[in-house]
Amino acid sequence: MDSEKITVLQETARQLRVDIVKALHSSQSGHTGGSLSAIDMVTALYFHTMRHNPAEPKWEGRDRFVLCKGHAAPALYVALAHAGYFPKEDLMMLRRLGSHLQGHPDSKGTPGVEVCTGSLGQGLSMANGMALALRLDGSASRVYALLGDGELQEGQVWEAAMAAGHYKLDNLCALVDVNRLQIDGEVAKVMDVEPVTDKFRAFGWNVIDIDGHDMAAIVATLDQAASVKGKPTVIVARTVKGKGVSFFENKASYHGVPPSDEELPKALECLGEQCYL
Amino acid sequence: MSTMIATRDAYGQTLAELGEENKSIVVLDADLSGSTKTSVFAKKFPERFFNMGIAEANMVGTAAGLAAAGKIPFVSTFAIFAVGRAWEQVRQSVAYPKANVKIVATHGGVTVGEDGGSHQSVEDIAIMRAVPNMTVIVPADGPETAKAIRAAAAYNGPVYVRLGRNKVPTVFADDAPFAIGKGSQIVDGTDLTFVTTGLMTAQAKAAADILKAEGISARVVHLATIKPLDCEILLKAARETGAIVTAEEHSIVGGLGGAVAEFLSENCPAPLKRVGVHDRFGLSGKAEELLKYFGLMPADLAEAGREIVRKKRG
Repeated sequence: MDSEKITVLQETARQLRVDIVKALHSSQSGHTGGSLSAIDMVTALYFHTMRHNPAEPKWEGRDRFVLCKGHAAPALYVALAHAGYFPKEDLMMLRRLGSHLQGHPDSKGTPGVEVCTGSLGQGLSMANGMALALRLDGSASRVYALLGDGELQEGQVWEAAMAAGHYKLDNLCALVDVNRLQIDGEVAKVMDVEPVTDKFRAFGWNVIDIDGHDMAAIVATLDQAASVKGKPTVIVARTVKGKGVSFFENKASYHGVPPSDEELPKALECLGEQCYL
Repeated sequence: MSTMIATRDAYGQTLAELGEENKSIVVLDADLSGSTKTSVFAKKFPERFFNMGIAEANMVGTAAGLAAAGKIPFVSTFAIFAVGRAWEQVRQSVAYPKANVKIVATHGGVTVGEDGGSHQSVEDIAIMRAVPNMTVIVPADGPETAKAIRAAAAYNGPVYVRLGRNKVPTVFADDAPFAIGKGSQIVDGTDLTFVTTGLMTAQAKAAADILKAEGISARVVHLATIKPLDCEILLKAARETGAIVTAEEHSIVGGLGGAVAEFLSENCPAPLKRVGVHDRFGLSGKAEELLKYFGLMPADLAEAGREIVRKKRG
């Protein structure tokens, strides 16, 4: 892929980061760190890799995305809004009574959201189910599932990993956002999940380890995953929690804390955005 | 003498027929397909049957994903595992998004028998009834199971169907009408009403015969659907007979008895007695011995009927 396209994707990711910060500031509730760590991957999926049609969210030929780490809902919502599934103004209604943008993704209300997630560990099973259904139908559509590294502590993830390997779901690609932090602190200290790559390999997966903020690497890896036959692929993406806003970065304390009034202009400045408050 | 059919056998047969008629139907099991009878479907349609191994949480989540992609998944295992082990998956992945998943659990209640308390689900109706968007069905016999399974397949949304292990007497004719949410009055009476579900309907029918010989006229109302509740048939029973005995092969906490008591105490209070398992776990024994042990025989129901009529007459 040429560098110009990568630059465009990087700029899209920057704009999405700005909207994540603004939406979270507006709601004064939600998960900042994990939304910012995942957004480069979400950007690559929605603006490069996936076949989808915002004008027809239920288009049969679409690829499917499951945000297993549902608390990063702002990352999904800004991508859907930018793609045109619903007006960007909706983002400012995040988590408010009457808004379709629930605290965690809800397929009943938000166009483009495939399933309900938020209770960690359940998303990969649902992605497996979609992949099985698409294969039964002889569909060329693919399924993408984005998990957190803390989420890997849930036993159901490994039940699903075992099943995806057993059923050789090569139309499934999981991405793990390894930002190394969870609510109570470092993943390695709370309950170490490493070695993540070895674990998935042992369950019969094709495993690729990348820098989850290197747009060129993300895009190339997603393309590569689509050509692997006979096994599911997992992209283990090393990321920085809170990426893009220096004072949020690598801080477990920003897991579930939105930017304050004071922090908003500074955060936007970090993201190269003027702030007119 | 009525024919004896296990509801799980009727399920296996019906599911295989439905598989022929509707190619969207897929079936998942967790290493119990021989017991739940999904093996009949598996043999006929191996490409649409997924054995998920002994991993119920993932099985229920996978079913939700299949439903999200347009399939009609039937998920089966024992009631204790479908409702117990995978409860949160049923809540989050199935009920919350209103996924078109049918959870058909076999081996409900104490008639599981020898396997004992660890395998006898006495709280599944209460648990499933508490979940929003969930429909809860407990058929009385083989023919009604066939109709309930077909109705569940035709209905768009989550359904929980509770079936049993053992052969049970047939109560309903093959052509008896069935609709989700509709109860059936199978015996008319004026002194009291037995409101029953599952295999307790046949027991209540026998209890009504015992009472009839003593000059007590007992009505029997079978509720195959516990949620949504048939309020109309309950109001009519409470108004016309003025005394209610509920009976279920389940805890008296939160199941059929709980549902009926909640509704009638607000809308048409009447003396009411709940027959069922009294807030305790099951234990090993033969099914028939356990029905006696837990007071779920026709003689027990008849005694509850006498008691409630005395109470009503003050």
